[in-house]
Amino acid sequence: MSGGLYSMNSQEFDKTLDLTSVKPYGDTMNDGKVQLSFTLPVSAGAEATEAAKLLIKKMGLENPQVVFFKELTPGFTFFNCYGSCSHSVDYSTIYVPKVESNVMDMHQTDEYIKDNVGRPLVVIGASTGTDAHTVGIDAIMNMKGYAGHYGLERYEMFEAYNLGSQVLNEDFIAKAIELKADALLVSQTVTQKDVHIKNMIELVELLEAEGLREKVILICGGPRISHELAKELGYDAGFGMNSYADDVGSYIAQEFVKRNSSQK
Amino acid sequence: MQSKLDLDFQRVEHARSLASDIANSVQNFADNYTTVSVERTLCRLIGIDGVDSNEIPLPNVVVDNLKSKGVLADGVLFYIGNAVVNCKLSPQEIATQISLDKLDITKLPISSTQDINNALSPYVIDSISKIKQNRERRETYIEKLGEGPKPYLYVIVATGNIYEDVVQAQAAARQGADVIAVIRTTGQSLLDYVPYGATTEGFGGTFATQENFRIMRNALDQVGEELGRYIRLCNYCSGLCMPEIAVMGALEGLDVMLNDALYGILFRDINMQRTLVDQFFSRVINGFAGVIINTGEDNYLTTADAYEEAHTVLASDFINEQLALLAGIPEEQMGLGHAFEMDPELENGFLYEIAQAQMTREIFPKAPLKYMPPTKFMTGNIFKGHIQDALFNIIGIWTNQGIQLLGMPTEAVHTPFMSDRYLAIENAKYIFNNMKNIGDEIEYKDGGIIKSRAKQVLDNAIITLEKICDKGLFTALELGLFGDVKRSRTGGKGLDGVVEKSNNYINPFVKLMKRES
Repeated sequence: MSGGLYSMNSQEFDKTLDLTSVKPYGDTMNDGKVQLSFTLPVSAGAEATEAAKLLIKKMGLENPQVVFFKELTPGFTFFNCYGSCSHSVDYSTIYVPKVESNVMDMHQTDEYIKDNVGRPLVVIGASTGTDAHTVGIDAIMNMKGYAGHYGLERYEMFEAYNLGSQVLNEDFIAKAIELKADALLVSQTVTQKDVHIKNMIELVELLEAEGLREKVILICGGPRISHELAKELGYDAGFGMNSYADDVGSYIAQEFVKRNSSQK
Repeated sequence: MQSKLDLDFQRVEHARSLASDIANSVQNFADNYTTVSVERTLCRLIGIDGVDSNEIPLPNVVVDNLKSKGVLADGVLFYIGNAVVNCKLSPQEIATQISLDKLDITKLPISSTQDINNALSPYVIDSISKIKQNRERRETYIEKLGEGPKPYLYVIVATGNIYEDVVQAQAAARQGADVIAVIRTTGQSLLDYVPYGATTEGFGGTFATQENFRIMRNALDQVGEELGRYIRLCNYCSGLCMPEIAVMGALEGLDVMLNDALYGILFRDINMQRTLVDQFFSRVINGFAGVIINTGEDNYLTTADAYEEAHTVLASDFINEQLALLAGIPEEQMGLGHAFEMDPELENGFLYEIAQAQMTREIFPKAPLKYMPPTKFMTGNIFKGHIQDALFNIIGIWTNQGIQLLGMPTEAVHTPFMSDRYLAIENAKYIFNNMKNIGDEIEYKDGGIIKSRAKQVLDNAIITLEKICDKGLFTALELGLFGDVKRSRTGGKGLDGVVEKSNNYINPFVKLMKRES
């Protein structure tokens, strides 16, 4: 079944990297190799395997190979497959909006705030709405941090309040007013059926209604959040996977300074 | 039992007696109070079910009615029992009359306690015998069909649609799962009512409703017969409706319930007084129904560090055990929780995990321990995640855990696909079979990492229990001794649903259920 993987046939394609036409890389430039797995709602058999291959071709993958299949329960078959992608993308013209700040470590950020602000910045964070997951907000805020990056609570120049999970937007705003927050961190982990989008938009609308939106730095984060999505929803910045307290802390510090200097 | 870790069992007994003191002082508080959810549970236990024209569950209608009149301290059974005597109607009929605003049960002449108790008696006996039948039904089923060996393979389904959940659950059972947990929709723990009927819309899970319980129970019985293996059903007795979910599970033949005494306080910000009263009655019901409770200590390690705070897990296991004993739950039904949550970068982390899992096994020898997979350090790298889950499974079989909550390679990405569950079950079955007797074969080195770690965790747990014993559990929660989470005595959700019982108060179920469990 997997004989094709060891094919010694000459591969006739241009093997030089061209950033205007980038393809997946298996072990040779431009071989286009992709691995994928999926389940089809049909019983295992020759027809099922053929269906998987046809589907892979429709996805734009040439030379489809089903290397493993297993009927998970009657009427559902799982496939592990490979193919060579026939499409390419022009890498040279891609533009992705990014959070524009220099990432500093904890000490640098503390020093930066001391020098440029002169008082601790108040940051409150929560997993809002019905979302019960605290892992994201904890990773950014808790003293201990995550993967060796200390959380905002450990920073000398952040007064950080982690409100935990399932905080209603109304309560979140009330706390922001009470603590005179400079920055708000919203964490969203559950994204099934886009429940997070609705909740995040609601917060922006409530902040606008309270006349607070421009007075705070509004940040969201979560594994499925991008800066682009954040901007689209009316947030100042969004932090996705592989972001740590360093990224968020340096952004808050620099954005705060930038705003206050432009107002002068 | 010979300790493979050379644990000092006198120290263990000391820890247990500290936990017992802590639990007793909580119980002294809880005995004097009732809550809206306890009262709604009593409504359900005397046959009140269904919803009014606004979709409000009738138990809520009745309890809210009494609460708004300021007489909840007397308890629903006092007024419903009295109404049965006066009106010659069934509790369900009385509830319907209340919902239609045709009856004010607080305005009826008060009958004698004897008459009230006699009027309630047939309804009480009816639900007690229903729950007992379900318990016997399970026992007969297990005798007839048999069950999987321990550790039970526990997987979750979480599509949001109970009918889709059935497809996923039956597939998982065929692949080898022993326990199916239907994850609840996000936010259900904060609802102060239990929705009614079959549901097809949920986020990150499916509503716990009595009808959904029934649908899944039937589906698992069906697939269990097909496979010749009893498949257990698990749901979540947590949040603002702990005892209500318990009674619905008892009536529909659920087998396992998440039912932690402290979880709601710490992780859902539910008021501590509310939860400590609610957990007692929910556990009385679960004990009587033969339901295995699972405790939620694993959650501490998602907020606090798994290496540094391991002793808080053990301390909490001791407290959960003692509170469960007070509610009449036998050790064989205590799925005390712990977890494999150390940072994978930690040198020798696997050895510490073995030490803790073995230690928990030896300290709670009869409990079907619930062992949680890695979640905090699952990254979306599904390939590495599958290996993390494999290490977790090795410890599960090695240290003879009771219920293995299988980790999914796609943890932190999405609720499990059918294929994720297959991969997880395949992983566990391979390891459980291939390493079946490793725990019988391997002993630990004197003075080595594993024995030293177990001793250290026990010592620290005792220090923590001494602190809690000294201050009381309420103050300990205020100080943030568990999971680094601080909660105030009067903060959080649901405090307005707690009332001190009056002299009229009656609840015959606690005595009946505790005697027989």
